Amino acid sequence: MKKYFSLFSQYLIGVLFGFGLLISGMSNPQKVLSFLDITGNWDPSLLFVMGGAVLVGLAGFYIVSKRSEAFFGGALHIPTRRDISKPLIIGSLVFGAGWGIAGFCPGPAIVSLGSGHLKALAFVISMLVGMAFCQRFFTGQKKPA
Amino acid sequence: MQIDWLAFTPGPALVGGMLLGIAAALYVFLHGRILGISGIVSGLIHPKMADWSWRVALVLGVLTAPFWAAILFDLHPLQKIDADWLAIIFAGLLVGFGSEYGSGCTSGHGICGLSRLSPRSLVATLSFMLTGFLVVYLIRHLFGFGS
Repeated sequence: MKKYFSLFSQYLIGVLFGFGLLISGMSNPQKVLSFLDITGNWDPSLLFVMGGAVLVGLAGFYIVSKRSEAFFGGALHIPTRRDISKPLIIGSLVFGAGWGIAGFCPGPAIVSLGSGHLKALAFVISMLVGMAFCQRFFTGQKKPA
Repeated sequence: MQIDWLAFTPGPALVGGMLLGIAAALYVFLHGRILGISGIVSGLIHPKMADWSWRVALVLGVLTAPFWAAILFDLHPLQKIDADWLAIIFAGLLVGFGSEYGSGCTSGHGICGLSRLSPRSLVATLSFMLTGFLVVYLIRHLFGFGS
């Protein structure tokens, strides 16, 4: 029974996250690109998205740092690495380039797919191909996060 | 730099952002995990995948959010996708490869990582912002595509 409550809770958190993306404007690629266009007609709205999210997140992660396990049971799966590695930087640079081309990152692309946009479907499929390629040749040996 | 005051929506941005923060905080509190969309999705296709049910539940939530937003709140936010098909596919490949190789995306590194003051996530966030700014500059101003 608890397992189903846990799954339902994860579903609801996914919905809440999707609402956040929809309301904030993150699910609109055009708005994301206007934010990234700092030398043009700049729309700084996304700074407020990040600010609002991190403000709440700081409190949330601080509270959880005092706990030893999750509410639904099981250990906390919080990353412990602190090394600034080459894959971290290269991967993030590549990610940002893709983000700047289409204005989509993974969460908003899934929301947009749920809204029925065929271009979002194309994006998500090619994103999965990109991930699978990386797993196949680079990261497939380590356990998934 | 010139601010587009007509497009600027600090209110909804802040409220939406706080919802993202609440979702991330609830997720780590209730389930003990980082709410990073790229990691959760990539785990579904990983060769060593062992746990899929919770990943599917979360992704389904994000996927059906527009449906519930429309049904419950009559909310239909604008989603304007200007990039052409080829650009979309190329961008998807880069985002997929980059988030996998760099261990995270805007949610995992950007929201959760900064919220837990992770130096790795700060470096990742600065890195993807840098190329995001750069690529938009190149496309819009150097080569003159789009508005």
